[in-house]
Amino acid sequence: MRDFAYARAGTAEAAVGTLAAPRTAVIAGGTELLNWFRLGIAAADRVVDIGGLDELRGIARDGDELRIGALATLNEVGEHPLVTRLAGALASACLQAASAQVRNRATIGGNVLQRTRCPYFRAEEPLPWPCNKRDPGSGCASLAGRHERQAIFGWTQDCVAVQPSDPAVALAALDARADVLGPAGPRTIPMREFHLTQREAAAAGEPMRETRLGADELITGYRLPVSTAGQAYVKVRERASYEYAIVSAAADVRLAEGAGGPRAAGAKGQSAEGAGGPRAAGAGEQRIAAARVALGSVAQRPWRLTAAEAELPGTPLTREALLPVIERAMADAVPLPQNGFKVTMARNAAVRALLAAGGAA
Amino acid sequence: MTLDFARRVEVTLRLNARSRTTVVSPRTTLLDWLRDDIGLTGAKKGCNEGACGTCTVLVDGRRMNGCLTLVVQCEGRSVTTVEGLAGMKGAGEVGGELHPVQRAFADHDAFQCGYCTPGQLMSAVACIAEGHATDDASVREWMSGNICRCSAYPQITAAVLAAAREEAGR
Repeated sequence: MRDFAYARAGTAEAAVGTLAAPRTAVIAGGTELLNWFRLGIAAADRVVDIGGLDELRGIARDGDELRIGALATLNEVGEHPLVTRLAGALASACLQAASAQVRNRATIGGNVLQRTRCPYFRAEEPLPWPCNKRDPGSGCASLAGRHERQAIFGWTQDCVAVQPSDPAVALAALDARADVLGPAGPRTIPMREFHLTQREAAAAGEPMRETRLGADELITGYRLPVSTAGQAYVKVRERASYEYAIVSAAADVRLAEGAGGPRAAGAKGQSAEGAGGPRAAGAGEQRIAAARVALGSVAQRPWRLTAAEAELPGTPLTREALLPVIERAMADAVPLPQNGFKVTMARNAAVRALLAAGGAA
Repeated sequence: MTLDFARRVEVTLRLNARSRTTVVSPRTTLLDWLRDDIGLTGAKKGCNEGACGTCTVLVDGRRMNGCLTLVVQCEGRSVTTVEGLAGMKGAGEVGGELHPVQRAFADHDAFQCGYCTPGQLMSAVACIAEGHATDDASVREWMSGNICRCSAYPQITAAVLAAAREEAGR
């Protein structure tokens, strides 16, 4: 790791004020930044530490909103009673991310800014292969090489990587907004729009841009509408813990009042597949009143299935009924030669997340 | 507003219950500082990217990867390494009576080569303090950040649960 000059920010404004100069990086937890420095993904002459800013800490309810400070660690978010109760999919996503010790350092603000886990991208410089993210114009080694873990939506010939953040998927599904501070003052970015697919970035004339956050802006926190609907986060991975998702799905489901009566399916804890909600004894078929669902690790952004969300009200909460709805909503998936399985896997994850959120899994 | 960026930074922290003031280059990780400057080589440099957990130490009682932590981020904090574990209970000298978690690891044969053990021990102490050492599944989930290539996982799990039971019974 090359050395850098270091300063502790006393206020968020002071931190933002340093970002106008080139090669200045912000450090909070540091779990990503230090590895970027080691690999040569990022280089900085100056690092400004925001870790001491109490104004960016804390988790609290503010009316109909849940406010989460950017410096809240993934463990703090994941185990906070307000989050488990009012944004259960986010809590579950946080606790299924990384490891216990990484989660004690990694912050919810920095987490959504992590870069792809594409192995061609995450190699030590000098790269022995092309990568447009590392060396614009060099090409994409993954497209010509291994790409079974890569995107099925929104990719281009220039890059097929996916965004790996678990919390970002839940934040997008739950309509969270990021509070952002820049030189011109504060603004908010809906988390549904925070990340960009390669196609969106190319259309905007910046093919390698990954988020709408400006280089001179800082995430100070998030606001989420509180939800008492059932929620779940399903993460499919090659080992049971401490592994990135192959695909994931976050869901929030409100059931229709009917034969069984309304039933608040409690937020799922650590395991989205857990015991499931209590079955309404003798109740008829449960139907969905409203649902939100987003897929993770299928694109360079969390992928809300908006077509499904429009169709789900009135749909029975059964695997048989949900499968065709999700399938139709994913009809525009364009898998690469090696990752067609991700279409099926993502479809199934979405169905499982909806069932778990509705208490039927 | 301008901030003063420095290439050498003075940091005061507590290390294994003893106050220390040091001057470091900002890029110095807690792991490198412990091993190379202080000579505490319990925490190991396995992967140096947060993937293996063998550099796990406690910072203000919370387990963290020493390789993902800069010394400058530890200003005013209290760091505990495996070398400080034996002395933790009795305020005695380092090298005193083994910590209950250390004893449980020995009693349960919870290691073969021992390379991951310092990280496993520190992670286990925190896992128990957090209240996550409740059953096999919970221990396996909350200890998943510590890799053991000898695959002593069943013995490690048993040791963590035994130490947790002992702690609860005290």
